[in-house]
Amino acid sequence: MKTYEKIIEKLILICAVTATISVALITLFIFKSGLPVLADYGVFNFIFGTTWSPTNGSYGIFPLIAGTLSVTLGALVIGIPTGLACAVFLAEILPKHWAKAFKSAIELLAGIPSVVYGFFGLVVLVPAIRNFVLPIYKIFHPEASATGFSILAGAVILAIMILPTIVSISENSIAAVPREFKEASLALGANKMETIVRVLIPAAKSGILSSIILGMGRAIGETMAVLLITGNMAKVPSGILDPVATLTGTIAMEMGYASPTHQQALFAVGIILFVIIMLLNIFAQLSMRGMGGSAR
Amino acid sequence: METKFEIEKLNLYYGTFQALKEIDMSIYGNKITALIGPSGCGKSTFLRTLNRMNDLIQGVKIEGMIKFDREDIYGKDYDIIELRKKVGMVFQKPNPFPKTIYENIVYGPKIHGEKDKSTLDHIVEQTLKEVALWEEVKDRLHKPALGLSGGQQQRLCIARCLAVEPEVILMDEPTSALDPVATSKIEGLLEELAEKYTIVIVTHNMQQAGRVSDYTSFFLNGKVIETDKTEVIFSNPANKKTEDYITGRFG
Amino acid sequence: MKKQKEMKNIKSTKNVIFYGLIGGLAAVTLASLIIIIGYILINGMSHINLEFLTQEPRRMGKEGGIFSVIVGTLMVTGLGILIATPIGIAAAIYFTEYSKEGKGVTLIRFFTEILAGIPSIIFGLFGFAFFVIFLGMGWSVISGGLTLAIMVLPTLIRATEESLKTVPMSYREGSLSLGATKWQTIIKVILPCCRPGILTGLILGIGRAIGETAAVMLTVGGSLRLPSSIFDSTRTMSVHLYVLAAEGLSMEKTYATAALLIFIVLLINTSANLISSKLGGNNGN
Repeated sequence: MKTYEKIIEKLILICAVTATISVALITLFIFKSGLPVLADYGVFNFIFGTTWSPTNGSYGIFPLIAGTLSVTLGALVIGIPTGLACAVFLAEILPKHWAKAFKSAIELLAGIPSVVYGFFGLVVLVPAIRNFVLPIYKIFHPEASATGFSILAGAVILAIMILPTIVSISENSIAAVPREFKEASLALGANKMETIVRVLIPAAKSGILSSIILGMGRAIGETMAVLLITGNMAKVPSGILDPVATLTGTIAMEMGYASPTHQQALFAVGIILFVIIMLLNIFAQLSMRGMGGSAR
Repeated sequence: METKFEIEKLNLYYGTFQALKEIDMSIYGNKITALIGPSGCGKSTFLRTLNRMNDLIQGVKIEGMIKFDREDIYGKDYDIIELRKKVGMVFQKPNPFPKTIYENIVYGPKIHGEKDKSTLDHIVEQTLKEVALWEEVKDRLHKPALGLSGGQQQRLCIARCLAVEPEVILMDEPTSALDPVATSKIEGLLEELAEKYTIVIVTHNMQQAGRVSDYTSFFLNGKVIETDKTEVIFSNPANKKTEDYITGRFG
Repeated sequence: MKKQKEMKNIKSTKNVIFYGLIGGLAAVTLASLIIIIGYILINGMSHINLEFLTQEPRRMGKEGGIFSVIVGTLMVTGLGILIATPIGIAAAIYFTEYSKEGKGVTLIRFFTEILAGIPSIIFGLFGFAFFVIFLGMGWSVISGGLTLAIMVLPTLIRATEESLKTVPMSYREGSLSLGATKWQTIIKVILPCCRPGILTGLILGIGRAIGETAAVMLTVGGSLRLPSSIFDSTRTMSVHLYVLAAEGLSMEKTYATAALLIFIVLLINTSANLISSKLGGNNGN
């Protein structure tokens, strides 16, 4: 009886470390496959080289980094205020049962597959940008690309995609602010708005920060949506209506037909992506632990 | 008179806090022993050392010796499962499983290997009769146990405990969550159970200890101040502290 | 007096702007959800019919249905969930029932959280390098299923753990005091209490697996033929949607595939919500 219990405990322990082993294996295999190119080409040249042309042996991913960063930044500029507004709306303004419905709507947003977002962007957003935004933009920038596949399209779709992350974590941390803080502020004659802006949001700031970091991680790592709507041009962009290629999109698109060296280069792109995401995740985990809340 | 438990120089620590100090005590078979004392005095902790339920809590360290039927239960090769089969427990708050009444009672026999349907049926009827619950629930044996009243739930938990055929029943303030009517039903039950089982009961209610027990042990700050026949403790205690507590002068 | 009144006006204007902004942005969020779902359902539902669901794709998916794609989706997702479920539940049991506080456990937990944050394209690269190439499984249902299993593991662990934590300590004590072993207690008392929570986690995991594209594309491949075993390449609905959209093969089929995906996602979310609200509070006490 006792040995049988001991065996089960061992088996369960193995299951518990599966996730950890997976992370180790993922790290190992991504690095193993990509390091040769990084070593041959030089990390500096790889990251700061401005030409990505794998068929000609040029592996400069600066345009891809610029593409990823511009789309991500755009998504954050749109997503943070919207997400915060939704979080405040949920935690402080909506009555309880309505808040519950609104929350499930936000959860639903998280459940939609990214490729569907990409398809929606492709058939609705890209044409809309081409037909309505471009003509105005062209008055100021006559040279602008005319397709609608752009940073803007990617940013808008990504903003919607990272909303659930930002809203749910921010809302939790706003709701976790002790009642006394709120009551103290109201008792001093501050109105609700002042209380929200001056007391609640500052008190919840580490949770909000984590939500933003996690949202950013999600935006950087997102693949299918971006792939369908940013135009996939490996060029450093000069305006928000320029097409860009991202780190993720490039891997997904080129992996299918890549030669062995090209594949290794894509793995090297994966290393860069992996390192960025890991740093963001660890940072987010630490800042969550700092606020004492449970990480989601 | 048979000695069920022999406790010698028992010390128990939660981390660095010492909850039980140098406890020496004997618990006699087929008697009801009541453990009394102010809250936090260690009586529940002590009770839980008798079937090793403290093992569940992290950071508990135990020194000394507890012999059950002359065997050290903290000994290296002692089988905890066997111990808990022989030493059952009833808790402060009724804790039936979220299963049917029937399933609650057969849970113990089943995990100990009883498969025969008619035997199980018999156990259910037998134990429910022992706790005087049979008439109340015989028509709804397959309904959820959580639908019973608090007092019924507690009697069901006693029945569930009896179904494993224990020798000793440990009761940790079994009536503190119940109303007076349910309490008196359970107290009445204790007398009948004492004919077959050894009972150790923790209670914060001195009248209860006086009413039901044969022996009473007074705990204070993790120490046993005095153990004696109940009538002696309540009429002529040897220790001044016991007298103060009994007469309500402190605590 | 006048000054005070002015102050008040400024304050109330500020208030109006503030609440307007918050309400407006929340409304925009809700609207985008409705527009996305509505647009795709309206354009796609009319193209979903029996033929679309039961016929094999012809001319690269330009004509015919998506039968083999549905089968492929079921196989890859099913295999992934089948592998991940026991591991995820066991891992959650370890964290709540067996593990003691300590550095090792903190580390295991930390990496489990980290796993949840890894983007799908990285999983794709890993699955390609490890399962497809290193273990020689090729582009196949099994490569994709294993990759998906790792991806949905954190979701399952989290959901199971949450629900294990809601089981009252008194149930564990009750069972152990009857002489049950720890494992008997877990299997017979604790896990049955967690059925709704685990089921919700499972459904959410299925949702994530069905919608997954990048990782599946790199590990399962894109064959449109009906897979005959788990060692065949196949194509899932998400991958199919991507290929159709990227290559502009047939708008009609693309919308229909997208609508079917949205429909499944809606179904999954609704059932997860129903389960957690209907059966959520059955732990009593």
